[in-house]
Amino acid sequence: MSLTIGVLSIQGDVQENFLSTKSALDELGIDGTIIDAKTPDEISQLDGLIIPGGESTTIGQLSLVNGSLKVLKEKIESGMPVLGICAGMIMLSNTANDKIVGKTDQPLLDILDITLERNSFGRQRESFETEISMDSINIPKFNGVFIRAPSVSDIGSDIEILAKYNDKIVAIKKGNVIGTAFHPELVEDISLHKYFVNLISSLQN
Amino acid sequence: MLPLSGERLDAKGIVSEKNNSSDIFRGTSTLKRGFAHMLKNGVVMDVTTVEQAQIAEEAGAVSVMVLDKLPSEVRKAGGVARTASIRIIEDIMDSVTIPVMAKCRIGHVNEAQVLKETDVDMIDESEVLTPADELRHIWKWDFTTPFVNGARSLAEALRRIEEGAAMIRTKGEPGTGNVAEAIKHIKKVNDELRTIKSIYDSGDNQDLVRMAREFKVSYDIVEQTAKLGRLPVVNFAAGGIATPADAAYLMSLGCDGIFVGSGIFNSDDAKERARAIVLATTFWNESDKVKEAQKMIDERQSMLGLDVNTLELRMQDRGGSA
Repeated sequence: MSLTIGVLSIQGDVQENFLSTKSALDELGIDGTIIDAKTPDEISQLDGLIIPGGESTTIGQLSLVNGSLKVLKEKIESGMPVLGICAGMIMLSNTANDKIVGKTDQPLLDILDITLERNSFGRQRESFETEISMDSINIPKFNGVFIRAPSVSDIGSDIEILAKYNDKIVAIKKGNVIGTAFHPELVEDISLHKYFVNLISSLQN
Repeated sequence: MLPLSGERLDAKGIVSEKNNSSDIFRGTSTLKRGFAHMLKNGVVMDVTTVEQAQIAEEAGAVSVMVLDKLPSEVRKAGGVARTASIRIIEDIMDSVTIPVMAKCRIGHVNEAQVLKETDVDMIDESEVLTPADELRHIWKWDFTTPFVNGARSLAEALRRIEEGAAMIRTKGEPGTGNVAEAIKHIKKVNDELRTIKSIYDSGDNQDLVRMAREFKVSYDIVEQTAKLGRLPVVNFAAGGIATPADAAYLMSLGCDGIFVGSGIFNSDDAKERARAIVLATTFWNESDKVKEAQKMIDERQSMLGLDVNTLELRMQDRGGSA
């Protein structure tokens, strides 16, 4: 059966995730369609969703306006796999604090019992690339691209840590929900997108 | 992954350090161009105060651009326009969570260094300010902080990318509330992209060399751009955008996002207009939503527009021949 995978296309780097997911489907030989998902209707037909990098305040406010925030929450709570990248991981959290400004009252999906520290590594000049490992999902080496990246500062006991960098938590997983502070869609290595596509596929069979 | 066409691996702006076991890198093209990609489908708003920056953030702007005066006020004031007060930039950085950009004068290396040290997220080497060097732009590869530059044509865009710009925006005609020039520039860039793409597809290398000479850029950047069929960096629209419908139209022409200069905070309904322009940019292809956005503003509150044919100062010509 063919998978329908969406990239939330409210704001951010939608196209790069589209291309990485396409390559992942091709390499795995899995039949699937990738769509830009923006409206509640488009979201409701998905088997899996990527929330891309972008500005979390913008993505949150605009998905609230058109009613997609509510549908997203229902779909994810009913088991739809989701990969939240950077701003996307912030959206999955229940609390977001900015390193400088403090607690924000931005709309969040409140899916995971985690607190995010926004801009945790500093401003754009401090953005960095480095090698990280996600051993528990068999990705021992991965080029992590951190752009004004958040980190997870507080975490519920039921959440698995996939990767840390300098003692800060930068990738997490709970069931079908994955969050990363870095951008797998900006690098050539598509192993994390492949892992995610496999996860979606395993639930359909 | 991102197009990295034209990237210079020997750039001084790339810094590496050892961290425990692994190396870390800052200022790479992936990080600089990647930052611009995170702004896509968003609106960057010109602001002059903390209060305006907070209105912009609440409206859903992806970033704010700090100026001393809005472009329309720069036009009225005359004289020399320089980079904004550092104290105001810092106050704004401390009060919003979204990225903060600021403008420096074309070719003014040290103004850019001051902004880099201030830790702004992106520097706009902008024609809105008075150029410091008519012949040379800044060699942006020397900076870890990414730059955005204005362009009226593919040639200008590629020249700026070769100098290290991580993002391009159309110049339009800033501070006029007249969107015509922004439309002209984005259409010109698109037409020229189609032209070099078709030359590339035909396999006529000699004709690509001719284009490179005409554009005053290297053959490599022309070939790689022609192969991609688009600019190798994010391309926003800017200059004269004043209404939600303006923003939606430019998005429909294939822009990656929108800069609004004077259009918001020079209007009398800034709060509603900021929100409305964000909505129209996000939902540009849903005409009912653009109409709803347009309904949020009152045309009688729009900034008074200027005819670009009778302007004393054409900001778009600044730095254009270099």
